[in-house]
Amino acid sequence: MREKTAVIVSGIVIGVITLLLVVWGNPANMGFCIACFVRDIAGGLGLHRAAPVQYLRPEIMGLILGAFVTALFFREFRSTGGANVTLRFMLGMFMMMGALVFLGCPWRMLLRLAGGDLNALVALPGYIFGIWVGTLFLQQGYSLGQAKEQSSLNGLIAPLLAFALLVLLITRPSLLFFSEQGPGSMRAPIFVALLAGLVVGVLAQRTRFCTMGAFRDIILFRDFHLFSGIIALFVVVLVGNLLLGSFKLGFTGQPVAHTEWLWNFLGMGIVGFAAVLAGGCPLRQLILSGEGNGDAMATVLGLTAGAAVMHNFAWAASPAGVSGGTKVMVVVVWILLLAVGWFVARQARENEAKVQQGESLKGQTSAVEVSS
Amino acid sequence: MGIKVIDCCGLSCPEPVLRVRGALQDPSLEEVQVKVSAAVARDNVSRAAKSLGWQVGVEEADDCFLLTLSRKAK
Repeated sequence: MREKTAVIVSGIVIGVITLLLVVWGNPANMGFCIACFVRDIAGGLGLHRAAPVQYLRPEIMGLILGAFVTALFFREFRSTGGANVTLRFMLGMFMMMGALVFLGCPWRMLLRLAGGDLNALVALPGYIFGIWVGTLFLQQGYSLGQAKEQSSLNGLIAPLLAFALLVLLITRPSLLFFSEQGPGSMRAPIFVALLAGLVVGVLAQRTRFCTMGAFRDIILFRDFHLFSGIIALFVVVLVGNLLLGSFKLGFTGQPVAHTEWLWNFLGMGIVGFAAVLAGGCPLRQLILSGEGNGDAMATVLGLTAGAAVMHNFAWAASPAGVSGGTKVMVVVVWILLLAVGWFVARQARENEAKVQQGESLKGQTSAVEVSS
Repeated sequence: MGIKVIDCCGLSCPEPVLRVRGALQDPSLEEVQVKVSAAVARDNVSRAAKSLGWQVGVEEADDCFLLTLSRKAK
Protein backbone atom coordinates (compact mmCIF):
# COMPACT_ATOMS: atom_id res chain seq x y z
CA MET A 1 0.00 0.00 0.00
CA ARG A 2 2.83 2.39 0.88
CA GLU A 3 4.51 1.50 -2.41
CA LYS A 4 1.33 2.28 -4.31
CA THR A 5 0.96 5.68 -2.62
CA ALA A 6 4.58 6.45 -3.51
CA VAL A 7 3.96 5.68 -7.19
CA ILE A 8 0.82 7.81 -7.30
CA VAL A 9 2.41 10.74 -5.46
CA SER A 10 5.42 10.55 -7.80
CA GLY A 11 3.09 10.57 -10.79
CA ILE A 12 1.44 13.72 -9.44
CA VAL A 13 4.76 15.47 -8.74
CA ILE A 14 6.14 14.51 -12.17
CA GLY A 15 2.93 15.81 -13.75
CA VAL A 16 3.25 19.18 -12.00
CA ILE A 17 6.92 19.50 -12.98
CA THR A 18 6.06 18.66 -16.58
CA LEU A 19 3.42 21.41 -16.67
CA LEU A 20 5.76 23.95 -15.09
CA LEU A 21 8.53 23.23 -17.61
CA VAL A 22 6.17 24.27 -20.42
CA VAL A 23 5.21 27.43 -18.49
CA TRP A 24 8.94 28.14 -18.05
CA GLY A 25 9.75 27.80 -21.72
CA ASN A 26 9.74 24.23 -23.06
CA PRO A 27 7.67 23.55 -26.22
CA ALA A 28 3.94 22.86 -25.82
CA ASN A 29 3.03 19.35 -24.66
CA MET A 30 6.79 18.80 -24.32
CA GLY A 31 7.51 19.65 -20.71
CA PHE A 32 9.35 16.37 -20.76
CA CYS A 33 10.04 14.07 -23.69
CA ILE A 34 12.93 11.65 -23.56
CA ALA A 35 12.97 11.01 -27.30
CA CYS A 36 12.80 14.72 -28.17
CA PHE A 37 15.39 15.73 -25.61
CA VAL A 38 17.90 13.00 -26.47
CA ARG A 39 17.35 13.93 -30.10
CA ASP A 40 18.07 17.58 -29.23
CA ILE A 41 21.27 16.52 -27.48
CA ALA A 42 22.33 14.49 -30.53
CA GLY A 43 21.73 17.68 -32.54
CA GLY A 44 23.53 19.87 -30.03
CA LEU A 45 26.59 17.67 -30.44
CA GLY A 46 26.31 17.89 -34.20
CA LEU A 47 25.45 14.22 -34.69
CA HIS A 48 22.63 15.47 -36.90
CA ARG A 49 22.20 18.89 -38.47
CA ALA A 50 18.46 19.49 -38.20
CA ALA A 51 18.76 23.13 -37.13
CA PRO A 52 15.45 23.47 -35.23
CA VAL A 53 16.15 20.59 -32.83
CA GLN A 54 19.63 21.14 -31.39
CA TYR A 55 20.23 21.81 -27.71
CA LEU A 56 21.85 20.07 -24.75
CA ARG A 57 18.69 19.52 -22.71
CA PRO A 58 19.71 19.62 -19.04
CA GLU A 59 16.60 17.61 -18.07
CA ILE A 60 18.32 14.48 -19.43
CA MET A 61 21.50 15.09 -17.45
CA GLY A 62 19.36 15.75 -14.37
CA LEU A 63 17.51 12.44 -14.81
CA ILE A 64 20.72 10.43 -15.00
CA LEU A 65 22.43 12.26 -12.15
CA GLY A 66 19.30 12.19 -9.99
CA ALA A 67 19.03 8.44 -10.45
CA PHE A 68 22.77 8.05 -9.84
CA VAL A 69 22.79 9.95 -6.54
CA THR A 70 19.64 8.19 -5.32
CA ALA A 71 21.02 4.78 -6.24
CA LEU A 72 24.23 5.56 -4.37
CA PHE A 73 22.29 6.76 -1.34
CA PHE A 74 20.11 3.64 -1.18
CA ARG A 75 23.10 1.42 -1.97
CA GLU A 76 21.50 0.29 -5.20
CA PHE A 77 24.26 1.51 -7.49
CA ARG A 78 25.80 -1.54 -9.15
CA SER A 79 27.94 -1.65 -12.20
CA THR A 80 26.40 -4.44 -14.25
CA GLY A 81 26.15 -5.31 -17.90
CA GLY A 82 27.24 -7.68 -20.59
CA ALA A 83 23.85 -9.13 -21.52
CA ASN A 84 23.55 -8.75 -25.29
CA VAL A 85 24.94 -5.22 -25.36
CA THR A 86 24.95 -4.70 -29.13
CA LEU A 87 21.42 -5.99 -29.47
CA ARG A 88 20.30 -3.51 -26.83
CA PHE A 89 22.00 -0.71 -28.75
CA MET A 90 19.95 -1.67 -31.80
CA LEU A 91 16.73 -1.84 -29.76
CA GLY A 92 17.49 1.67 -28.49
CA MET A 93 17.90 2.85 -32.06
CA PHE A 94 14.60 1.28 -33.07
CA MET A 95 12.83 2.86 -30.10
CA MET A 96 14.02 6.29 -31.15
CA MET A 97 13.15 5.66 -34.78
CA GLY A 98 9.58 4.75 -33.88
CA ALA A 99 9.31 7.70 -31.50
CA LEU A 100 10.41 10.19 -34.14
CA VAL A 101 7.75 8.91 -36.52
CA PHE A 102 5.08 9.75 -33.96
CA LEU A 103 7.06 12.76 -32.65
CA GLY A 104 7.44 11.88 -29.02
CA CYS A 105 8.35 9.19 -26.54
CA PRO A 106 5.56 7.39 -24.64
CA TRP A 107 5.78 10.04 -21.96
CA ARG A 108 5.12 12.83 -24.46
CA MET A 109 2.30 10.71 -25.92
CA LEU A 110 0.58 10.97 -22.53
CA LEU A 111 1.33 14.72 -22.40
CA ARG A 112 -0.06 15.24 -25.90
CA LEU A 113 -3.16 13.31 -24.97
CA ALA A 114 -3.55 15.40 -21.83
CA GLY A 115 -3.26 18.50 -24.01
CA GLY A 116 -6.16 17.35 -26.17
CA ASP A 117 -4.04 16.10 -29.09
CA LEU A 118 -6.19 13.27 -30.46
CA ASN A 119 -3.34 11.95 -32.63
CA ALA A 120 -1.94 10.61 -29.38
CA LEU A 121 -5.22 8.75 -28.87
CA VAL A 122 -4.36 6.82 -32.04
CA ALA A 123 -0.76 6.29 -30.96
CA LEU A 124 -1.70 4.92 -27.53
CA PRO A 125 -3.39 1.77 -28.86
CA GLY A 126 -0.37 1.41 -31.17
CA TYR A 127 1.93 1.53 -28.15
CA ILE A 128 -0.17 -1.01 -26.25
CA PHE A 129 -0.32 -3.22 -29.34
CA GLY A 130 3.49 -3.12 -29.63
CA ILE A 131 3.83 -4.01 -25.95
CA TRP A 132 1.36 -6.88 -26.34
CA VAL A 133 3.33 -8.30 -29.28
CA GLY A 134 6.49 -8.01 -27.17
CA THR A 135 4.91 -9.92 -24.28
CA LEU A 136 4.09 -12.80 -26.64
CA PHE A 137 7.83 -13.25 -27.12
CA LEU A 138 8.47 -12.92 -23.38
CA GLN A 139 6.01 -15.75 -22.82
CA GLN A 140 7.85 -17.76 -25.46
CA GLY A 141 11.00 -17.48 -23.35
CA TYR A 142 12.55 -14.31 -24.84
CA SER A 143 15.47 -13.29 -22.63
CA LEU A 144 18.52 -11.12 -23.12
CA GLY A 145 20.31 -13.23 -20.54
CA GLN A 146 22.10 -12.55 -17.30
CA ALA A 147 24.00 -9.33 -16.73
CA LYS A 148 27.24 -9.68 -14.79
CA GLU A 149 29.24 -7.45 -12.48
CA GLN A 150 31.41 -5.04 -14.50
CA SER A 151 34.23 -2.66 -13.70
CA SER A 152 32.87 0.24 -11.62
CA LEU A 153 34.08 2.56 -14.35
CA ASN A 154 31.69 0.97 -16.83
CA GLY A 155 28.74 1.86 -14.61
CA LEU A 156 30.06 5.35 -13.99
CA ILE A 157 30.18 6.29 -17.66
CA ALA A 158 26.53 7.40 -17.80
CA PRO A 159 26.77 9.84 -14.85
CA LEU A 160 30.23 11.01 -16.01
CA LEU A 161 28.92 11.70 -19.51
CA ALA A 162 25.91 13.52 -18.05
CA PHE A 163 28.26 15.65 -16.00
CA ALA A 164 30.46 16.35 -19.02
CA LEU A 165 27.39 17.43 -21.03
CA LEU A 166 26.45 19.82 -18.23
CA VAL A 167 29.93 21.35 -18.31
CA LEU A 168 29.61 21.73 -22.08
CA LEU A 169 26.18 23.32 -21.71
CA ILE A 170 27.39 25.86 -19.18
CA THR A 171 30.69 26.72 -20.88
CA ARG A 172 29.04 26.59 -24.31
CA PRO A 173 32.10 26.16 -26.53
CA SER A 174 31.61 27.10 -30.18
CA LEU A 175 31.72 23.47 -31.28
CA LEU A 176 28.13 22.95 -30.11
CA PHE A 177 24.96 23.63 -32.08
CA PHE A 178 22.07 25.43 -30.39
CA SER A 179 18.78 26.05 -32.23
CA GLU A 180 17.84 29.65 -32.76
CA GLN A 181 14.31 28.83 -33.81
CA GLY A 182 11.96 25.86 -33.61
CA PRO A 183 11.42 23.48 -30.68
CA GLY A 184 15.14 23.40 -29.83
CA SER A 185 15.10 27.15 -29.14
CA MET A 186 12.21 26.85 -26.69
CA ARG A 187 13.71 25.96 -23.36
CA ALA A 188 13.26 26.42 -19.66
CA PRO A 189 16.20 28.13 -17.89
CA ILE A 190 19.15 25.77 -17.44
CA PHE A 191 19.07 25.42 -13.67
CA VAL A 192 15.32 25.06 -13.48
CA ALA A 193 15.41 22.35 -16.15
CA LEU A 194 18.32 20.61 -14.44
CA LEU A 195 16.56 20.67 -11.09
CA ALA A 196 13.38 19.31 -12.70
CA GLY A 197 15.40 16.48 -14.19
CA LEU A 198 17.07 15.75 -10.86
CA VAL A 199 13.77 15.57 -8.98
CA VAL A 200 12.16 13.33 -11.59
CA GLY A 201 15.32 11.20 -11.64
CA VAL A 202 15.08 10.67 -7.87
CA LEU A 203 11.37 9.81 -8.00
CA ALA A 204 11.67 7.55 -11.02
CA GLN A 205 14.61 5.70 -9.46
CA ARG A 206 12.67 5.04 -6.27
CA THR A 207 9.36 4.08 -7.87
CA ARG A 208 10.77 2.30 -10.99
CA PHE A 209 8.42 4.47 -13.06
CA CYS A 210 8.11 3.00 -16.56
CA THR A 211 5.50 3.81 -19.20
CA MET A 212 6.04 0.44 -20.87
CA GLY A 213 6.11 -1.57 -17.64
CA ALA A 214 2.76 -0.01 -16.73
CA PHE A 215 1.00 -1.71 -19.63
CA ARG A 216 3.21 -4.79 -19.76
CA ASP A 217 2.48 -5.69 -16.15
CA ILE A 218 -1.25 -5.38 -16.77
CA ILE A 219 -1.04 -7.62 -19.84
CA LEU A 220 1.19 -10.23 -18.19
CA PHE A 221 0.15 -10.15 -14.54
CA ARG A 222 -2.97 -7.98 -14.18
CA ASP A 223 -0.73 -5.82 -12.00
CA PHE A 224 -1.80 -2.14 -11.96
CA HIS A 225 1.05 -0.91 -9.73
CA LEU A 226 3.03 1.14 -12.29
CA PHE A 227 -0.12 2.02 -14.21
CA SER A 228 -1.50 3.93 -11.23
CA GLY A 229 1.51 6.24 -11.48
CA ILE A 230 1.08 7.13 -15.12
CA ILE A 231 -2.67 7.63 -14.64
CA ALA A 232 -1.89 10.09 -11.82
CA LEU A 233 0.57 11.87 -14.12
CA PHE A 234 -1.98 11.99 -16.93
CA VAL A 235 -4.79 13.34 -14.77
CA VAL A 236 -2.59 16.07 -13.25
CA VAL A 237 -1.40 17.26 -16.65
CA LEU A 238 -4.95 17.13 -18.05
CA VAL A 239 -6.35 19.20 -15.19
CA GLY A 240 -3.35 21.54 -15.38
CA ASN A 241 -3.85 22.11 -19.10
CA LEU A 242 -7.55 22.81 -18.55
CA LEU A 243 -6.73 25.34 -15.80
CA LEU A 244 -3.95 26.99 -17.82
CA GLY A 245 -6.14 27.18 -20.90
CA SER A 246 -3.68 25.13 -22.91
CA PHE A 247 -6.09 22.23 -23.54
CA LYS A 248 -7.02 22.14 -27.22
CA LEU A 249 -9.06 19.16 -28.37
CA GLY A 250 -8.59 17.96 -31.95
CA PHE A 251 -6.38 16.31 -34.55
CA THR A 252 -5.13 19.32 -36.52
CA GLY A 253 -2.98 22.26 -35.54
CA GLN A 254 -1.44 20.43 -32.59
CA PRO A 255 2.06 21.47 -31.48
CA VAL A 256 4.92 19.39 -32.95
CA ALA A 257 2.54 16.74 -34.30
CA HIS A 258 1.11 15.37 -37.54
CA THR A 259 -2.19 13.65 -38.34
CA GLU A 260 -1.13 10.50 -40.22
CA TRP A 261 -2.90 8.06 -37.95
CA LEU A 262 -1.55 4.79 -39.38
CA TRP A 263 2.06 5.91 -38.94
CA ASN A 264 1.36 7.29 -35.49
CA PHE A 265 -0.04 3.87 -34.58
CA LEU A 266 2.78 1.86 -36.15
CA GLY A 267 5.52 4.25 -35.01
CA MET A 268 4.46 4.09 -31.41
CA GLY A 269 3.98 0.33 -31.84
CA ILE A 270 7.70 0.08 -32.59
CA VAL A 271 8.49 1.96 -29.38
CA GLY A 272 6.31 -0.38 -27.28
CA PHE A 273 7.64 -3.54 -28.92
CA ALA A 274 11.31 -2.49 -28.73
CA ALA A 275 10.83 -1.29 -25.14
CA VAL A 276 9.56 -4.72 -24.06
CA LEU A 277 12.48 -6.43 -25.78
CA ALA A 278 14.93 -3.98 -24.15
CA GLY A 279 13.27 -4.19 -20.71
CA GLY A 280 12.19 -0.55 -20.33
CA CYS A 281 10.86 2.60 -21.98
CA PRO A 282 13.31 5.41 -22.88
CA LEU A 283 12.84 7.06 -19.47
CA ARG A 284 13.50 3.81 -17.63
CA GLN A 285 16.66 3.20 -19.68
CA LEU A 286 18.04 6.58 -18.62
CA ILE A 287 17.29 5.86 -14.96
CA LEU A 288 18.86 2.39 -15.15
CA SER A 289 21.96 3.83 -16.82
CA GLY A 290 22.29 6.19 -13.84
CA GLU A 291 22.13 3.15 -11.53
CA GLY A 292 25.22 1.70 -13.18
CA ASN A 293 23.46 -0.54 -15.70
CA GLY A 294 25.81 -0.58 -18.68
CA ASP A 295 23.28 -2.49 -20.78
CA ALA A 296 20.75 0.31 -20.33
CA MET A 297 23.50 2.79 -21.20
CA ALA A 298 24.00 0.92 -24.49
CA THR A 299 20.28 1.39 -25.14
CA VAL A 300 20.60 5.12 -24.38
CA LEU A 301 23.51 5.40 -26.82
CA GLY A 302 21.31 3.55 -29.30
CA LEU A 303 18.58 6.15 -28.76
CA THR A 304 21.12 8.87 -29.55
CA ALA A 305 22.33 7.09 -32.68
CA GLY A 306 18.72 6.50 -33.73
CA ALA A 307 18.04 10.24 -33.53
CA ALA A 308 21.05 10.94 -35.74
CA VAL A 309 19.91 8.33 -38.27
CA MET A 310 16.38 9.70 -38.37
CA HIS A 311 17.42 13.29 -39.03
CA ASN A 312 20.40 12.59 -41.27
CA PHE A 313 18.26 10.41 -43.53
CA ALA A 314 15.34 12.84 -43.25
CA TRP A 315 13.16 10.03 -41.86
CA ALA A 316 11.95 11.97 -38.83
CA ALA A 317 8.35 13.03 -39.23
CA SER A 318 7.48 16.70 -39.13
CA PRO A 319 4.23 18.62 -38.68
CA ALA A 320 3.96 18.27 -42.49
CA GLY A 321 3.67 14.48 -42.09
CA VAL A 322 5.56 11.28 -42.85
CA SER A 323 7.64 10.71 -46.00
CA GLY A 324 7.60 7.63 -48.24
CA GLY A 325 11.06 6.61 -47.04
CA THR A 326 9.86 6.76 -43.43
CA LYS A 327 6.98 4.42 -44.21
CA VAL A 328 9.35 1.85 -45.69
CA MET A 329 11.60 2.24 -42.65
CA VAL A 330 8.70 1.64 -40.25
CA VAL A 331 7.74 -1.59 -42.00
CA VAL A 332 11.35 -2.79 -42.08
CA VAL A 333 11.87 -2.06 -38.38
CA TRP A 334 8.67 -3.96 -37.49
CA ILE A 335 9.99 -6.96 -39.43
CA LEU A 336 13.40 -6.69 -37.76
CA LEU A 337 11.82 -6.55 -34.29
CA LEU A 338 9.73 -9.64 -35.03
CA ALA A 339 12.89 -11.38 -36.21
CA VAL A 340 14.82 -10.37 -33.07
CA GLY A 341 11.99 -11.55 -30.80
CA TRP A 342 11.61 -14.87 -32.60
CA PHE A 343 15.31 -15.61 -32.87
CA VAL A 344 16.26 -14.68 -29.30
CA ALA A 345 13.25 -16.50 -27.81
CA ARG A 346 14.02 -19.67 -29.75
CA GLN A 347 17.65 -19.71 -28.69
CA ALA A 348 16.77 -18.92 -25.07
CA ARG A 349 14.33 -21.87 -25.04
CA GLU A 350 16.99 -24.19 -26.44
CA ASN A 351 19.50 -23.06 -23.82
CA GLU A 352 16.93 -23.49 -21.08
CA ALA A 353 16.19 -27.03 -22.28
CA LYS A 354 19.91 -27.86 -22.19
CA VAL A 355 20.24 -26.52 -18.64
CA GLN A 356 17.25 -28.54 -17.48
CA GLN A 357 18.61 -31.66 -19.14
CA GLY A 358 21.91 -31.07 -17.35
CA GLU A 359 20.11 -30.64 -14.03
CA SER A 360 18.10 -33.82 -14.39
CA LEU A 361 21.31 -35.73 -15.18
CA LYS A 362 22.90 -34.22 -12.09
CA GLY A 363 19.81 -35.18 -10.11
CA GLN A 364 20.17 -38.80 -11.25
CA THR A 365 23.83 -38.99 -10.27
CA SER A 366 23.19 -37.57 -6.84
CA ALA A 367 20.36 -40.08 -6.35
CA VAL A 368 22.79 -42.85 -7.24
CA GLU A 369 25.31 -41.48 -4.80
CA VAL A 370 22.74 -41.47 -2.01
CA SER A 371 21.68 -45.06 -2.66
CA SER A 372 25.25 -46.32 -2.74
CA MET B 1 6.61 -30.81 0.25
CA GLY B 2 8.43 -29.56 -2.84
CA ILE B 3 11.09 -26.89 -2.82
CA LYS B 4 12.31 -25.19 -5.95
CA VAL B 5 15.33 -22.92 -6.34
CA ILE B 6 15.29 -20.31 -9.09
CA ASP B 7 18.34 -18.25 -9.98
CA CYS B 8 17.30 -14.92 -11.50
CA CYS B 9 20.56 -13.02 -10.97
CA GLY B 10 21.28 -10.47 -13.65
CA LEU B 11 17.98 -10.93 -15.46
CA SER B 12 16.18 -7.76 -16.45
CA CYS B 13 12.52 -7.11 -15.75
CA PRO B 14 10.07 -8.76 -16.05
CA GLU B 15 11.86 -12.07 -16.47
CA PRO B 16 12.34 -12.82 -12.74
CA VAL B 17 8.63 -12.32 -12.12
CA LEU B 18 7.69 -14.43 -15.15
CA ARG B 19 9.88 -17.31 -13.99
CA VAL B 20 8.79 -17.15 -10.37
CA ARG B 21 5.10 -16.88 -11.18
CA GLY B 22 5.31 -20.09 -13.17
CA ALA B 23 6.62 -21.88 -10.07
CA LEU B 24 4.11 -20.24 -7.71
CA GLN B 25 1.28 -21.68 -9.74
CA ASP B 26 2.62 -25.20 -9.35
CA PRO B 27 0.48 -26.78 -6.59
CA SER B 28 3.15 -29.36 -5.68
CA LEU B 29 5.52 -26.67 -4.41
CA GLU B 30 5.47 -25.53 -0.80
CA GLU B 31 8.50 -23.29 -0.95
CA VAL B 32 10.29 -21.40 -3.68
CA GLN B 33 13.72 -19.90 -3.16
CA VAL B 34 14.67 -17.11 -5.51
CA LYS B 35 18.05 -15.50 -6.00
CA VAL B 36 18.00 -12.03 -7.55
CA SER B 37 20.74 -9.42 -7.92
CA ALA B 38 18.76 -6.19 -8.32
CA ALA B 39 16.61 -4.39 -5.78
CA VAL B 40 13.99 -3.89 -8.50
CA ALA B 41 13.72 -7.62 -9.06
CA ARG B 42 13.51 -8.18 -5.28
CA ASP B 43 10.61 -5.74 -5.02
CA ASN B 44 8.80 -7.00 -8.10
CA VAL B 45 9.09 -10.68 -7.17
CA SER B 46 7.98 -9.91 -3.59
CA ARG B 47 4.96 -7.98 -4.81
CA ALA B 48 3.98 -10.72 -7.26
CA ALA B 49 4.35 -13.43 -4.60
CA LYS B 50 2.31 -11.50 -2.03
CA SER B 51 -0.45 -10.86 -4.55
CA LEU B 52 -0.66 -14.61 -5.12
CA GLY B 53 -0.96 -15.17 -1.36
CA TRP B 54 2.58 -16.30 -0.56
CA GLN B 55 4.73 -15.23 2.37
CA VAL B 56 7.99 -13.54 1.53
CA GLY B 57 11.24 -13.57 3.48
CA VAL B 58 14.21 -11.53 2.26
CA GLU B 59 17.85 -12.12 3.12
CA GLU B 60 20.67 -9.98 1.85
CA ALA B 61 23.84 -11.77 0.75
CA ASP B 62 27.05 -10.10 -0.52
CA ASP B 63 26.08 -9.72 -4.11
CA CYS B 64 22.44 -10.75 -4.24
CA PHE B 65 19.14 -11.09 -2.41
CA LEU B 66 17.74 -14.44 -1.36
CA LEU B 67 13.97 -14.54 -1.26
CA THR B 68 12.19 -17.37 0.46
CA LEU B 69 8.61 -17.68 -0.67
CA SER B 70 6.35 -20.01 1.25
CA ARG B 71 2.67 -20.79 1.11
CA LYS B 72 0.71 -19.16 3.90
CA ALA B 73 -0.49 -21.71 6.46
CA LYS B 74 -4.22 -22.18 5.96
